[in-house]
Amino acid sequence: MTSPNQASRSCIIAAMTNRSVGSALLLITFAIPNAVACKGGDASSGKGDGAGAKAIVIDGSSTVFPITEAVAEEFKQENPARVTIGVSGTGGGFKKFCNKEIDVSGASRPIKAAEIEACAKSGVEYVELPVAYDGISVVVHPSNTWVDKLTVAELKSMWEPDAQKKITKWNHVREGWPDKELHLFGAGVDSGTYDYFTEAVVGKEHASRGDFTSSEDDNVLVTGVGGDEGALGFFGIAYYTENKAKVKAVPVDDGKDENGKGAVLPSAATVADGTYAPLSRPIFVYVSKGSLERPEVQAFASFYLEHTNKLAAEVGYVAMPGNVLELTKKRLAEKKTGSMFGGKGAKVGVSLADLLAGKGG
Amino acid sequence: MLTSTRRRLLYERLFVWLCASAVVIPLLILALLVGNVAIAGAGRIDWAFLTGYPSRRAANAGILPALVGSFAMIAITGIFALPIGVGAAIYLEEYGARRRLAGIIEVNIANLAGVPSIIYGMLGLGVFVRLLGLGRSLIAGGATMALLVLPVVIVSAREALRTVPYGMREACFGLGATKWQSIRQVVLPMAAPGILTGTILAVARAIGETAPLVVIGALAYVTFLPTSPTSQFTALPIQIFNWVSRPQEAFVVNAAAGIVVLLATMFVLNLAAILLRNRLQKRVH
Repeated sequence: MTSPNQASRSCIIAAMTNRSVGSALLLITFAIPNAVACKGGDASSGKGDGAGAKAIVIDGSSTVFPITEAVAEEFKQENPARVTIGVSGTGGGFKKFCNKEIDVSGASRPIKAAEIEACAKSGVEYVELPVAYDGISVVVHPSNTWVDKLTVAELKSMWEPDAQKKITKWNHVREGWPDKELHLFGAGVDSGTYDYFTEAVVGKEHASRGDFTSSEDDNVLVTGVGGDEGALGFFGIAYYTENKAKVKAVPVDDGKDENGKGAVLPSAATVADGTYAPLSRPIFVYVSKGSLERPEVQAFASFYLEHTNKLAAEVGYVAMPGNVLELTKKRLAEKKTGSMFGGKGAKVGVSLADLLAGKGG
Repeated sequence: MLTSTRRRLLYERLFVWLCASAVVIPLLILALLVGNVAIAGAGRIDWAFLTGYPSRRAANAGILPALVGSFAMIAITGIFALPIGVGAAIYLEEYGARRRLAGIIEVNIANLAGVPSIIYGMLGLGVFVRLLGLGRSLIAGGATMALLVLPVVIVSAREALRTVPYGMREACFGLGATKWQSIRQVVLPMAAPGILTGTILAVARAIGETAPLVVIGALAYVTFLPTSPTSQFTALPIQIFNWVSRPQEAFVVNAAAGIVVLLATMFVLNLAAILLRNRLQKRVH
C-alpha cells in the first residue's frame, strides 16, 4: 500500500523540481524518466495488488532451483498464475517461508529444528514434499591414477574437524598413496549440500575441517578440481555428468553390503536405487498449508509432483522411484503437515518410502 | 656535454614509453576480456534471445525480463538520485552550510562513495524492503541503487557547479537578482552538462551492480515484465549470475551473451552522456 504513495510522492518531488529549475535543459531529462514512473505509479494504484495477488512466490535452495524453474516453465503453458522464483539458499528460503513472505520453499535438506520452531511461532504449517534425488559426487583430477575408490571412513579422515592441518597429503589418507599435497574443495558452508555431506561422512551435520576451498558456485569447484592434480572435491551429480572430461568421479564404499557391494560410482541408476550410499539424498519443496488454499498454489503443487520425475531428469537430477512418488502425492492430497525428519537434520541411510509411509520416523 | 644530452633524451623516451604502456596494458587486458566474452556469447545474441523469457532449455532462454527490469530500475535510480543529488550539491556549494559542518559533510560524502555496494544492499533491505514495506520491488531496488550512486552524483554535481565562474553570480547580484534567481537562470544551466554527465555515468555504474540486488533479494526467475514500480523484478547481473552457476555449458554461453548485452547497454548509456554533454555545452557557451 505504501508503494504507490511512495511512487506518486517521488513524482511530485520531481515535478516540483521541474518547475522550479525552470531550465529547459534539465526539464527534458526530468520529464522522460518521470513520465514513465508516474504512469507506472498510476497503473499500480489503479489496479491495486491485482497482479500480485495471483503470483506464486517461491524461494530457497539453488540446488532445487533448476527443477522448480522447469516446472514453472511448463506450468505457465496451462495456468495464467504468475510464478516467481528467488535463490536465497535453503536456510534463507526457510527464513522467508516461516516469515510468511513466500508460498513455496525449495530445500536441499529437511527442515531443521530451529526452523520448525520459527514456523511454529508464526503459525506457518507446511507440507513437505520430496521432489527428486541428488547424488553428491566425490571427484578428483582426471590424471589422478592412485585413487581407485574411497571408503566412508577414509572420507571422514579427510574431512573431519580433527583433520585440519594434520591430513595434508594423500599418503596420510592411505598408505601407499603418493606423498603429494591434498587440496580439498567443497560446497559453501551455508548450503544444504555441505550439511548433508558432513552428516553423511563426518557423522555430524555442519562439522568439518575449515581449511578447504569452498564455493557456493559448483562450477568454481569443477574448475578448481580440474586444474589441480592433488585435488579432491564434492558437489552435485549434475555438475559431474556435465564435466566428465574435466574431473573424475571416485567410487564410494560405505562398507555395507546390503546397499550395493563394494565401491559404487554415482549415476542416475545407483542414486535412484540407493546403492550409491551414503551420498544420495532427497531434495524437497515445502508448501505452506495456508497458501495451498489458493487454487493456483494447489494446482502448482500437484503439477510439480505430476511432472517432477521427467523434468528433474532433464535438468540433471535423479527421478524418484514410482512408489515414493505415489506416497508423496498422497501426502499432498491429504495435506499432511510437519516434517517426516522431525527436525533432526538429514537422515542418512533411511528409506524415503519408509518415512513417507510413517515407518522408521 | 653530448653524452649528457643523449642520456637526457633517453630518459625522456623511456618515460614516454612507460606512460604509454600504462595506457596500453590495461586496454589490452580489457580488449582481451571483452573479446573473450564477445567470441563466446555474440553468436548467441539474436532477436529471440533479447525478447525471450528464461527457460530450463538454454537454447530457448531469453533475457527480456532481466533487460526490462534493469532499465526500469535505473530509471527509478535516476529519478531519485538526480534531484536529491543536485539539491544536496546546490546547498553545499551555493548556500554553503557553516564551513566546519560543510567540511565534515564533504569528507563523509567522499567516504560514502567508497563504501562497498553490499553494505548499501543491506541498508536497502532494512529500510526499503522491510521498514517501508516496499517488498522486493523495482522501487526498492531503484532506491537502493540511488543511495549507492548518490555520493558520486553529489560530488560530480558540486564539481560542475564549481566550474561556473564566480563572476557570473556577481553579475546576477549586480542586476538585483536573488541567489535563487541566479542559480536557476545562470548557474544551473551552465553546470547542467557536467551534472548530467556525472549522473548518467553514476547511474550506468548501477546497472552492473549485483551485490545489492542479491541482498535485497531480486528474483532469479520471472516470466513477466514489471508493470509498476511495485512489481517484482529481475535484472541482468542476476540473470547472468544465475546462468554462470549452472552445470550445463550452454548456460555459460547464455551468460556470456548476457554480459555482451550488459556491456552494450553501459556503452550506449555512456555514449548518451557524452553526446548530451557536447550538445548542451554548445548551447550554453
